[in-house]
Amino acid sequence: MGATMDHRLSEEHEALRKTVEEFAREEVAPVIGDFYERDEFPYEIVRQMGRMGLFGLPFPEEFGGMGGDYFALCLALEELARVDSSVAITLEAGVSLGAMPIYRFGTDEQRARWLPALCAGEKLAAFGLTEPGSGSDAGGMRTTARLDDDEWVINGTKAFITNSGTDITALVTVACVTGRTENGRPEYSSIIVPAGTPGFTVSKKYSKVGWNASDTRELSFADCRVPAENLLGERGRGYAQFLQTLDEGRVAIAALSVGLAQGCVDESLRYAKEREAFGHRIGEYQAIQFKIADMEARAHTARLAYYHAAAKMLRGEPFKKEAAIAKLVASNAAMDNARDATQVFGGYGFMNEYPVGRFYRDAKILEIGEGTSEVQRMLIARQLGL
Amino acid sequence: MNIVVLVKQVPDTNSERRLTDSDHTLDRASADVVLDEINERAVEEALRLQEAHGGEVTVVTMGPDSATDALRKALSMGADKAVHLSDAALHGSDAVQTARALAKVIGTVEGVDLVLAGNEATDGRMGAVPAMVAEVLGLPALTHARKVEVDGSTVRVERETDEGVAFVEAALPALVSVGEKINEPRYPSFKGIMAAKKKPVTTLGLADAGIDAAEVGLANAATTVVEAAPKPPRSGGQKVEDAGDGGVRIAEFLAAQKLI
Ligand SMILES: Cc1cc2nc3c(=O)[nH]c(=O)nc-3n(C[C@@H](O)[C@H](O)[C@H](O)COP(=O)(O)OP(=O)(O)OC[C@H]3O[C@@H](n4cnc5c(N)ncnc54)[C@H](O)[C@@H]3O)c2cc1C
Ligand SMILES: Cc1cc2nc3c(=O)[nH]c(=O)nc-3n(C[C@H](O)[C@H](O)[C@H](O)COP(=O)(O)OP(=O)(O)OC[C@H]3O[C@@H](n4cnc5c(N)ncnc54)[C@H](O)[C@@H]3O)c2cc1C
Repeated sequence: MGATMDHRLSEEHEALRKTVEEFAREEVAPVIGDFYERDEFPYEIVRQMGRMGLFGLPFPEEFGGMGGDYFALCLALEELARVDSSVAITLEAGVSLGAMPIYRFGTDEQRARWLPALCAGEKLAAFGLTEPGSGSDAGGMRTTARLDDDEWVINGTKAFITNSGTDITALVTVACVTGRTENGRPEYSSIIVPAGTPGFTVSKKYSKVGWNASDTRELSFADCRVPAENLLGERGRGYAQFLQTLDEGRVAIAALSVGLAQGCVDESLRYAKEREAFGHRIGEYQAIQFKIADMEARAHTARLAYYHAAAKMLRGEPFKKEAAIAKLVASNAAMDNARDATQVFGGYGFMNEYPVGRFYRDAKILEIGEGTSEVQRMLIARQLGL
Repeated sequence: MNIVVLVKQVPDTNSERRLTDSDHTLDRASADVVLDEINERAVEEALRLQEAHGGEVTVVTMGPDSATDALRKALSMGADKAVHLSDAALHGSDAVQTARALAKVIGTVEGVDLVLAGNEATDGRMGAVPAMVAEVLGLPALTHARKVEVDGSTVRVERETDEGVAFVEAALPALVSVGEKINEPRYPSFKGIMAAKKKPVTTLGLADAGIDAAEVGLANAATTVVEAAPKPPRSGGQKVEDAGDGGVRIAEFLAAQKLI
């Protein structure tokens, strides 16, 4: 991204944005409703996204990546989510939670083994932090791993793990308690568990309110053994790794939220120009105009917030506060816009066959996943010194 | 095998398209412009042939300065280089002039074995330029291709029109124009987008291409659009009252529209 105060996209970023916009409109929009309705994972769309290189966007070419940056990923997420959030979250979790920790913390062998297929979107990786009893308070996790004869033995349960049970899931990075530190606190580490490892069970899909064409599962580990070298990064550095992963992920979720918020504007604008009531297009009524104006203002300001957080991230500056702000305002914008767009559509807004019905169902999770809105406020307050 | 693909930037079919009041040429300022979809397919076919047979793919356009965007799109899909003929004097050129000018530009590319084009542009819809280019260059023209194969120095084409399918072949060098069904064009990857920035685009003016200004442009065109009117809005349609023969009459209607 260019100089300070310049929010124009570079030529390449703009070309990418346009390409994904076109892809979402032409390939995703016409078919995704059916997948959503059937709770089905859209393998063919994910394959196409892979061929376009979307899963490799922020990674260097030597690992099969596109040599782009994290902002490029955000732009792709925004454009996908303008049409559908299920495919967007599949991409977000696959890249930001799945492949990124391996790229960032993995050994040369781990990177060489896993990244090429992940960057190509042929395989997916998941990140298992949340448990049935601990989410916001990640430190309260109960899953353990102990070293036994050069193998980690993992026991515990993970909840709500995205991309963990697809036919193309290659691995889950599992956050575990691997011992106690000198002062008696739990020691956290991340361990790579390949799909199909004995003792690792993927339960059936949750029945979700939204994101129905994405894959979310509960995972259980019962004396699940993996080689010692599957440790990701340093032993005991797990907590710091999650925090870094989640900081970046928040900017990505903010981008995805802006996409949903903008999708609400797109749909409402179109409908307000078509639909007539009392002899006028509903868009001629100020009540509708103001709703749409507010929606546009929310999408716009939320976009600026995530652009700003991304710019700081790419410049290598601290961006924790900006990421939390972007996630907070963008998920809020998505939620408000989904509510208003549904109102603009009247009864049709309550029907699953229209995109706004999906937007409404998909919006709420944005205020919960990768840190709830309360957690974002906690982070902002902490950055302010409270 | 070296391939030239003729590509045209056209108004997006999703946006409103109109002619200017002053000279009845296309109002390019009022519409979003894109690389014509049929040309994306032609580029895709060129890239597939290149993957199988090697060589270089050059994209060529004649159009205003903004048409570079269409060239970039083709380059980001994977074409190797581009030539852009751009000159104010070309404005309003008709199909014959366009074909002559394009033939000159193709002449500036070395060792061309195959020229690919779309069979009809979505704006002008003359469906004539490819055959005319072939005529000017003295190349065999294989139009309306739904499948293209190159075998040594022979190009084989399945040619599909309303009348049916014909299997035709010619010796290279040749020109082939492709139809809608030929393939599904790829979306450019980010790597492709980045690489396209560094690929060579040669911009030629009339003199560079050896074109005489007196042969091109609206004033010298063989045909002139004298008058233009927007299409009337759709009428109410045709009602079929079912008097026992409703099904047959609907089938007849669809057959008359060539839909069945
Ligand atoms: C609305 C309208 C009406 C017109 N009416 C007439 C008319 O009545 N008579 C007349 O002679 N001209 C007319 N023209 C102008 C005419 O000059 C065409 O725009 C131009 O000649 C190309 O024809 P086409 O785009 O229809 O080509 P087509 O023959 O339909 O194009 C087929 C293929 O040829 C190649 N090609 C065509 N043009 C270019 C280009 N500029 N650069 C690179 N490749 C190209 C592409 O591969 C394209 O897919 C009209 C134009 C417009 C927009
Ligand atoms: C569809 C979906 C996909 C997911 N994907 C993944 C994934 O891939 N990987 C993964 O690890 N996790 C994933 N999650 C889990 C998600 O990150 C958690 O649900 C989220 O972090 C909240 O945790 P929780 O559900 O345990 O809620 P809790 O932490 O129990 O929170 C309950 C409520 O209490 C509030 N609260 C908690 N602590 C405080 C406090 N100190 N002050 C004020 N309020 C507080 C919260 O804000 C919330 O409102 C996913 C969840 C869903 C629904």
